[in-house]
Amino acid sequence: MLDVPSHSHFLSIKRVSKNFTSRSDTVRALSDIDLDIRAGEFVSIVGPSGCGKSTLMMLVAGLTKASGGEILVDGRRIEKPNSDIGIVFQRDVLLDWRTAIQNVLLQAEIRKLDVTAATERARHLLKMVGLDGFEKSYPHELSGGMRQRVSICRALLHKPPLLVMDEPFGALDALTRDQLQLDLLRIWSETRMTVVFITHSITEAVFLSDRIVVMSPRPGRIERLIDIDMPRPRRLAMRETKQFAAYTQEITEIFMKLGVLREEGDA
Amino acid sequence: MTSADLSPPAPPVGGWGEWRIPYALITLVVFVVAWETIARIINLPMYLLPKPTDIVASLYENWALLVVNGGVTLTEIIFGFVIAVLLGVPLATMIAHSPVVDRAIYPLIVGSQTIPKAAIAPLLLAAFGYGLTPKVTIVAMMSFFPIVINSVVGFKSASPEMLHLAYCTGATQMQIFWLFRLPQAFPSIFAGMKLAAVLSVIGAVVAEFVGSQAGLGYVILVAGSNFRMDQQFAAIIFLSAMGMILFWAIGLAEKKVLPWHVSMRSQADG
Repeated sequence: MLDVPSHSHFLSIKRVSKNFTSRSDTVRALSDIDLDIRAGEFVSIVGPSGCGKSTLMMLVAGLTKASGGEILVDGRRIEKPNSDIGIVFQRDVLLDWRTAIQNVLLQAEIRKLDVTAATERARHLLKMVGLDGFEKSYPHELSGGMRQRVSICRALLHKPPLLVMDEPFGALDALTRDQLQLDLLRIWSETRMTVVFITHSITEAVFLSDRIVVMSPRPGRIERLIDIDMPRPRRLAMRETKQFAAYTQEITEIFMKLGVLREEGDA
Repeated sequence: MTSADLSPPAPPVGGWGEWRIPYALITLVVFVVAWETIARIINLPMYLLPKPTDIVASLYENWALLVVNGGVTLTEIIFGFVIAVLLGVPLATMIAHSPVVDRAIYPLIVGSQTIPKAAIAPLLLAAFGYGLTPKVTIVAMMSFFPIVINSVVGFKSASPEMLHLAYCTGATQMQIFWLFRLPQAFPSIFAGMKLAAVLSVIGAVVAEFVGSQAGLGYVILVAGSNFRMDQQFAAIIFLSAMGMILFWAIGLAEKKVLPWHVSMRSQADG
C-alpha cells in the first residue's frame, strides 16, 4: 500500500537547536536535539509544557526554521513547509464550512488528486474510524472525538509516509481518548507509516509507542530514549501489567529527578 | 465534548422550528392602540401628531408617490452599498495580508470615522450637484467603515494552526485565500454588510435632506414644510420597511451562502 523507504533512518534530526528571540532576550527552546527515527516506527515525544516538543514538531513539519543543525526526512533536508507529511493538531482545525468528507477531501483539492479515487479513499478512511453515515455532517454537528477523527482522516488522505501529531487527544475525555488511541494504532498497523506523536501523557506514550523520547524542560533537551518492548497489537488490558507500570514508573522518576514532578516531603 | 462519543449531538433547531409568542408585536400593537385612543380623546391636531389611522390612510393615498420616491432612495442605497462592498472587501484583504498596508491605511480609516458624514454632504453637493452621485457617495462612505472593519477581523481570524495545516498540504497563496481565509471571513463580512445596510439607509436620507428633488428624504422634507405630518410618518414607515427588507435580504443571502454558519449560530442561541 505504501512505499516504505529503504533508509534505516527515515527521519533524522541532527544537532538541532531553536532559539526564540524577543525584544528583550533570547530564549533557547531546543538544545542539541539528536534523534533518528526508523521508517514505520511509532515514536512518542513526552515532556512537560515548555520543553519545546511542539517546536520540534514545527521543525519536522518545516513550519519554522531551526537555529542550528538540520532535519532530514527520507534523505531530504527540510527547509520549507513539508507537504509530504500528515499533520494533526490538538485542535481539530476542521473547516466549519465543509462537511466531514469535504474536510477530508480538502487535501485532494489542494494537491489536485484524482477526485473519484480520493473520494473513495476518504469514505474508506471515515469508515475505518467509525464515521460512516456522518460524511455529510458539518463539524458543529459532530462531537469533539468525532471531529478529531475527521482531522486524522484528513491527515491520512494522501497516504503520507510520515504522520506528525501534536497532542491530538489532549482535549478529549478519557474514554474517547482510549478509543482514538486504539483507532490510531489500528490505522498505523495497516499503513506502516512513521508516526511522531507528541504528548504530555506518560501512559499514552507508553501505550502507543515503539520508542519514547523523554524531554527535559527549558531548554528542551532529550533526557532519555526508552524502547517500549511490548507486544503488538496493544490491548487496553496491557496498561495494567507490571511491564507497563515499570515503563511509566521509569519515566515518572525521570521527571521527578528533573523537578518536573514534585511530591510532598521532597527537599 | 461528552463521553458518548459516537452519538451525534442533537440536530440544530431551525429558527421557525418552535412557535414563539411574538412579544414585540404585542407591545407594538398595544402602543399603537394607546396612541390612537389618546389622540382621539384629547383631539390632537394632525400638525402636532397624526393618529395611526391617519398615517395608514396617508400611506394608502400616497402609495404611488412613496413607491416612486422610495425607488430613488433605494437606487442610491444599492449603488452606494455595492460600491462600499466592492471597495471595502478587497481593501480589507490587503490590510489583513500586508502589515505595511495595515499600518499605512487602517488608522486613517478608523480616524476618518470621527468626521460626521452629514457635515460632508454639503461639500459633496457642491462638487457633484443635486443628482445621484453625492447621495451614492454618502451611502458608500457610511457603509464602507463597518464592511472594512468587519472584513479585516474576518480575514485575520484564520488561526495559526489553520495556516500551518494549509502550508503542510502544500497550498499556494491563492489556495490559502480561496479555500481558507475567504470562507473563514465570510461570517464577519456578512455581519459588516448587515450593519452597513442599516447605515446606508441613514446615509441616503441625510444626503437627500441636504439637497434633492426626489427620494423619501425629499418627501419627508416637503411634507414637513406643508405641515403634513401624516405624510411624513408614512414616508418614515415606508423607509423603515425598506431598511428592514434590505437587512432581511442580506440575512437570506447569508443563509444561502453560509448554511453552516447560520445553523451553528442558531444552535449556540438555543
